[in-house]
Amino acid sequence: MSTLNKELKEELKAKLIEQLNLEDFEVSDINDNDLLFGGEGLALDSIDALEIIVLLEKEYGIKLDDPKKGKEIMQSIQTLADFIERKR
Amino acid sequence: MIIGAHNIISPLGFTSEANFEKVIRGEGGIAMQTGTDLSDTDFPASVINESELEVHLAEFLELKAYTKLEQLSILSLKQIIAGVDVTSPKTGFILSTTKGNIDLLKADNLNPNALLATTAQKIADYFGFASTPHVISNACISGLVAFIVAKRFIQSGIYDNVVILGVDVLSKFIVSGFQSFHSLSSETCKPFDANRDGLSLGEGAASVIIHGKQKTENTPYVELVNGAIANDANHISGPSRTGEGLFRAIKQTLRDGDKVDVISAHGTATPYNDDMESEAISRAGFSVVPVSGLKGYFGHTLGAAGIIESIISIMALERNVIIGTKGLKQQGVVAPIKVVKENEYAPTKGLLKLMSGFGGCNAAVYFKKHE
Amino acid sequence: MVAMPLFTSKNMSRVIKELSIQSETVILDGKIIFSSEEKELGGFLKDLYKHTGINYGKFFKMDYLSKLGFLSSELLLKDVEEIKPETDEVALIFANTSSSLNTDIKYQKSMEDIPSPAVFVYTLPNIVIGEISIRNKFYGEHIFLVQAKYDKNILLKYADSLFETTATKYALVGWLELSPTENYNVQLMLCAKK
Repeated sequence: MSTLNKELKEELKAKLIEQLNLEDFEVSDINDNDLLFGGEGLALDSIDALEIIVLLEKEYGIKLDDPKKGKEIMQSIQTLADFIERKR
Repeated sequence: MIIGAHNIISPLGFTSEANFEKVIRGEGGIAMQTGTDLSDTDFPASVINESELEVHLAEFLELKAYTKLEQLSILSLKQIIAGVDVTSPKTGFILSTTKGNIDLLKADNLNPNALLATTAQKIADYFGFASTPHVISNACISGLVAFIVAKRFIQSGIYDNVVILGVDVLSKFIVSGFQSFHSLSSETCKPFDANRDGLSLGEGAASVIIHGKQKTENTPYVELVNGAIANDANHISGPSRTGEGLFRAIKQTLRDGDKVDVISAHGTATPYNDDMESEAISRAGFSVVPVSGLKGYFGHTLGAAGIIESIISIMALERNVIIGTKGLKQQGVVAPIKVVKENEYAPTKGLLKLMSGFGGCNAAVYFKKHE
Repeated sequence: MVAMPLFTSKNMSRVIKELSIQSETVILDGKIIFSSEEKELGGFLKDLYKHTGINYGKFFKMDYLSKLGFLSSELLLKDVEEIKPETDEVALIFANTSSSLNTDIKYQKSMEDIPSPAVFVYTLPNIVIGEISIRNKFYGEHIFLVQAKYDKNILLKYADSLFETTATKYALVGWLELSPTENYNVQLMLCAKK
């Protein structure tokens, strides 16, 4: 479980960098518990949040019908990975 | 600048009067769309019925070869065009649209008829406009921007009169985009309501003649006094929480002594837009001025919205009525403003029309009734 | 700011700087300031971004039309000390033929799978205006016109009317064309109120 989770987190970091065009970042720059949104860290915005919803569906087959729930799920790479593991 | 003849085509009717009558009775055009042309899932929207359109096209066989967007545009202009000399180079023509014939991309990525200037020229040529048409594509404020640009063109001496036309039709392209933003309500939109959960899309065409010279014999008349455009400089899709751009557009539109009796809001019924708008209106000092939102009747008609909603609001001004905000039950926005729920009858002269859109753009126009 | 006015329109504005971007070459006030071997638009824009020396993460999220307009604005506004951010005094007046069709086609493609909101937002030509406004905190007048061919005269007249009747003191004015087949042509001016 924990190795799986670790792999998933690394994969997620790479996918976010690619999908969200975060050219200034590399996988090693992102810590598991860094906040994804807000002024620091990746400083993602509302459009990025919508793209993450698309990514969840496209890559992991998870449909997030209520975007309001996204806030908790998308706090960090850790919360995102935990959510995917729970769902699949 | 004087507001001349005008027309609205929407699911509510094919003339301004027909539209106004329905609005004043509280009837709207938003209905559940169950076909698959626009979306794989059902969604509520205000869509112009094809068979209804056929009836109006019956006597104009030459329009068969045109797209729905062009047909609506031409039918709308036909009703007002008698009032201007299209053969004069001093008559301008402005088309406001966000996506024009975007549906044509489905079949052909490089279809020249998807070019907005081609669409405008096609419509202009139908009537024989001597001047080159202008196309404004400023997202959802495009229709209101047409009034502002028309005024500036006339002021600069480029034209004596300007015909403005706003039009957009729905397509899978547009609907899927708004769906991807999770900004469509599953019900008819509820502007400024505490339980609002998104917008409803709509389609329509509307046109107005803006006269440079005053025809004082026609009273009462409505003057296009001033307008301004301002940017939030904050985010490309999310409205500014402080209503920055809209606040600035309002401030720059109004001059000393301009009295605002009623505000015709953008009121898309997305949570963020209506909050932003309440903030801007309240910051501008209009917390007690009646605010009316028309999206519950027409849906959000994109490039046509600024013109459709201005016409309805101008007609209401002429009739001393403030139109109730269809869909509003319990007001719930962050800043104190006075949104009107039911029609109210009161003498009104000064009308402030507001619009906001993607790209952080905002526009305001001040109209004044002279009796 | 040292450049002399190059062109005087009707009466209200003078052109301070002129920029052209075509065929992998950037010309500012008649001088080639950058050229690249990169034929592919994405690569060319990346090279030009590096050349400007700026560090702006949002750049990588933009579509090609926005990147093109954004970099143009950076080049035109560079070293113009009298233009300060947080202002109503700078207007943005752009036009082109292809609107946002270059991105429209990409969005149309994404619809076959799951439509991308990050692409959809750029299916409006005026988004580039938003990007430049955000970067510089420009709150001023702005418009995007679509024309069959570049009508510079009407854009300058429009700038004049803004100088005359609004708070506008400076304007970025001109042509920002990017076709569906990635042909690009930028002809922009920085104008000041006389």
